[in-house]
Amino acid sequence: MNTGIVVFPGTWSDRDCAHALSDVLGQPARYVDHREERLDDLDLVILPGGFSYGDYLRCGAIARFAPVMEAVTDFANRGGLVLGICNGFQILQEARLLPGALLRNASCEFRCEWVNLRVEQSESAFTLDCRPGQVLRIPISHGEGNFFADPQTLEAIERNGQVVFRYCAPDGRVTAESNPNGSLGNIAGIANAHGNVVGLMPHPERACEDLLGSTDGLALFRSAIHALDRVAV
Amino acid sequence: MTYRAEVFVTLKPVVNDPAGLTIKGGLHALGFDSVREVRAGKYLVLTLDADDEDQARSRVEEMTRQLLANAVIEDYRIELKVPSPSGGGQGGGLRT
Repeated sequence: MNTGIVVFPGTWSDRDCAHALSDVLGQPARYVDHREERLDDLDLVILPGGFSYGDYLRCGAIARFAPVMEAVTDFANRGGLVLGICNGFQILQEARLLPGALLRNASCEFRCEWVNLRVEQSESAFTLDCRPGQVLRIPISHGEGNFFADPQTLEAIERNGQVVFRYCAPDGRVTAESNPNGSLGNIAGIANAHGNVVGLMPHPERACEDLLGSTDGLALFRSAIHALDRVAV
Repeated sequence: MTYRAEVFVTLKPVVNDPAGLTIKGGLHALGFDSVREVRAGKYLVLTLDADDEDQARSRVEEMTRQLLANAVIEDYRIELKVPSPSGGGQGGGLRT
C-alpha cells in the first residue's frame, strides 16, 4: 500500500503517521507537499493532524484551498482511500468531502487524553478489519472536535450508516460522560457515502505500539490494506 | 476605486457557542447578571479595489461564500463603505 502523507505549513502529525506506516507496518510511505498536484502513485492519502495555516479563520479553511487539495478531491472521487485525522478531518469537511463541521469543544478546553471508540460499522475502508461494537482505545488531542451537522444532515448520516466511530465507555456504552467534546451523537468519526473517505478526531497513528499504550490504531491502517486487496481481487 | 468592506461572521442560531457561554459566565461573575446571552463571532475588514459599488459587493459576497464563512455553521453580514462623491474629508469620506 503506497501511502502519501500530506504536509501543510503547520501540520504536526506527519512523522507519527509515517512511523506507523513504514516502521511499524512495513508499508511504503512518502510525504506529499501541499503544493503537489499529482497523486497517481498512491493508494492511500492521509491528511494528518496539526494546525495547518495556524488554524486561522477556521480550522482547515485555508488548507482546503492548497493546490494539493484539488488532487486529493479527484483522488477521492475516483475511489482512492483518504483518511483525515484531527485537523485532516476538519480539512475534509471544509473541502465538503465529508459532511458537517467541527466546532470548539463544549468545555472550551483543549483535550489531550485517551478515549474509547465504539466501531459502528465495518463497511468503510478503514474498519473492514473491525467488528461492529468493537471498542478501540485511541488518544485524542484537539480543541475543536465538537461534531456538528444540521438535523437533516445528521439524520442522513445516521440512516446511511456513515457514522464510523462514537466516543463510548470502556464497555462500549455510548454515554454523555464518555463524550470529550460535546459532539452530537458522540460522533468521533464518519465516512462518505462510498466508505473510501473517513475522517476522525482521535489519532490512530499514536496507538500503534505497545510502548505507546495501545495498538488499537493499527486496525484502521490494516483495514485499508485489506480494502485495497479486495479491490485488486 | 478603493472600497472598505466589513464582514460580520456569526454562528447560526442553532449552533452551540461554547465561547459565548464562557464569556457570559465571565460577565455574570463580574456581577453583570442582566446578560441573558452572548454570541461570539468574527469581524473582518477588507480593503479592495473595484470598478463600482456593485462589483465590490458581489466580489465580497463571493469571497465570503468561498472562504470567510462556512455555510454549514455560520451566517454572515456584509457592510460596504464607499467613497463619498466629493472625495471626502478627514475620516468623513466613507458612508455605509
